[in-house]
Amino acid sequence: MYVAVKGGERAIDNAHRLLASDRRGDTDIPEISTNQIAGQLKLAVARVMAEGSLYDPEVAALAIKQARGDLIEAIFLARAYRTTLPRFGYSRPIETSEMAVERRISATYKDLPGGQILGPTFDYTHRLIDFGLAGDAVPEPPAENAAGLEPAPHVTRLLNDEGLIEQNATRSDAPPRDLTREPLAFPAGRDLRLQNLARGDEGFLLGLAYSTQRGFGGSHPFVGEIRIGEVEVEFFAEELGFAVTLGRVQLTECEMVNQFKGSASEPPQFTRGYGLVFGQSERKAMSMALVDRALRAEEFGQDVTAPAQDQEFVLSHSDNVQATGFVEHLKLPHYVDFQAELGLVRRMRALHAAARADEPDEAPPEEADEPVEDREAAE
Amino acid sequence: MSTTATATTPYNYAYLDEQTKRMIRRAILKAIAIPGYQVPFASREMPMPYGWGTGGVQVTASIIGPTDTLKVIDQGSDDTTNAVSIRKFFQKTAAVAVTTSTSAATIIQTRHRIPETPLTAGQVLVFQVPTPEPLRFLEPRETETRKMHALAEYGLMHVKLYEDIAKHGRIAKTYDYPTMVAGRYLMAPSPTPKFDNPKMHRSPALQLFGAGREKRIYAVPPHTDVVSLDFDDYPFEVNKFDRPCALCGAENVYLDEVILDDRGGRMFVCSDTDHCETRRAEGHRGEILGQEETRA
Repeated sequence: MYVAVKGGERAIDNAHRLLASDRRGDTDIPEISTNQIAGQLKLAVARVMAEGSLYDPEVAALAIKQARGDLIEAIFLARAYRTTLPRFGYSRPIETSEMAVERRISATYKDLPGGQILGPTFDYTHRLIDFGLAGDAVPEPPAENAAGLEPAPHVTRLLNDEGLIEQNATRSDAPPRDLTREPLAFPAGRDLRLQNLARGDEGFLLGLAYSTQRGFGGSHPFVGEIRIGEVEVEFFAEELGFAVTLGRVQLTECEMVNQFKGSASEPPQFTRGYGLVFGQSERKAMSMALVDRALRAEEFGQDVTAPAQDQEFVLSHSDNVQATGFVEHLKLPHYVDFQAELGLVRRMRALHAAARADEPDEAPPEEADEPVEDREAAE
Repeated sequence: MSTTATATTPYNYAYLDEQTKRMIRRAILKAIAIPGYQVPFASREMPMPYGWGTGGVQVTASIIGPTDTLKVIDQGSDDTTNAVSIRKFFQKTAAVAVTTSTSAATIIQTRHRIPETPLTAGQVLVFQVPTPEPLRFLEPRETETRKMHALAEYGLMHVKLYEDIAKHGRIAKTYDYPTMVAGRYLMAPSPTPKFDNPKMHRSPALQLFGAGREKRIYAVPPHTDVVSLDFDDYPFEVNKFDRPCALCGAENVYLDEVILDDRGGRMFVCSDTDHCETRRAEGHRGEILGQEETRA
């Protein structure tokens, strides 16, 4: 007798066993350590920390190992871990102007206070596969600057002195909104939008940012400044009555300077787009800044015409953990809904055939086997 | 705040921390107070993917206790991969008794079906919902659909159903068929086949709906009207099957079509596996079994 095959607990257990052994791969080759991942795949770790919203290189490295290098899966693991952690409160706003700069460049000024500091970047490399890396090549030690670095004020502050750029909103003491603690509602304020973008998928934001450069909601951007480095994170402890330092995090910050014509009441000024992400990720920080500016269209009286300017479109679809879950859920069984559709299509085909049989003299109708419309994906 | 971690896991009872559970319970209470209204809630990341039941799992995690008996089904079956995975999750994190019997369960979490065995007072049916907004495919914007609900402005849905009739001669909606709850809110029953819609109407059980990715919870309290939309001249009809279950002989149940070979052979069997097994245990025999065994 035929037994309907429906998953089965043993099959699932065996699939998980196979997954574990596949992850490990050939046991004659040494297992990769999380130290190696955290130390040598830093940018992957940075991405998992940024989109996982959890600054913990060890957890991120472990997640990458467990996910077999699938970064969205690793981000998912980090998020699911993060959500279980107790929350003590919010840190004090970090001061990126006091960042211990590892890299800092401006595209708007040739030289500026604090200098142009190139830092560890792929930017000026030739993208030639380095076959030497396949072996155990030991790189030259980096050059040191004995003099140390001078303070590097933000470029936008320099513009601010002349009134050429819009003022940042003054700091408010209101607690920040947090989309991990309350559902997102529209229209969303800039704080929530920036949080959403900071957690958003790098590829999605990159595509949106690119679209603004190709005419879908352009904003004529200049990279005022990109800086990468560590900043201190402080927490105000009520019991103590003062702020204590929790540690340091590496950040990438991007300030875009965008054109703006001004209005009857305001003189012409540049406007801002802002990006801030954990770790070293200029692509993400720049994309975030471009999309942030695009999402401010309404604020500047611009028509919302392009996808990147549409907050419901951008904010609802930026999260890759949500997106991958829902896209991939189509793999789950949908037998019963499909059965309902099968029944309907068969009935409609029977009616169609009957109708044709009733009118034998008509010219052969065009093939009318079109699928039923409005079939939203069976969820 | 209690942080009772069970012996097998470092996580709190039923995974979610107590503060989160309290937040979700508040949303559930509000949902029960306003039947059919979608209550926004601060959905958490869960250790299973969005679209795989995170909303239902959060609702279940917030209402489950050690004295509960849990049943989890997907496509009507206890043995589908995702149902097994979710059942195991609660066995592990909530140390709860599980069952496949509809009548023995206090909480039933489901995806895409309502059990054939009628539910009773005291039972809770938790639906996993992918798209809580019944108007979503007619109007993509949340700002618009919330306004339409506030004004009970549901003409768009009636027009869609009318257009179906004009185009196809019938309402071409076979699952996730729109319902009106307590005469006020248009509600998506989740992608259950419309066959199951009548079971929601004045059910003595509490029906809770959780949508994790979309961050919405809604509810149908016991004995509440749930009416499928239709027209006087095109009344609502459920999917019908022209044969009984091949295994247990049940009629008027929802059937899965199973392809037997590549020559067009197929059979139809109960989608609700518990219902089918119970009937077979009672001695009912369908076409296929009848050929092999004599009736008990």
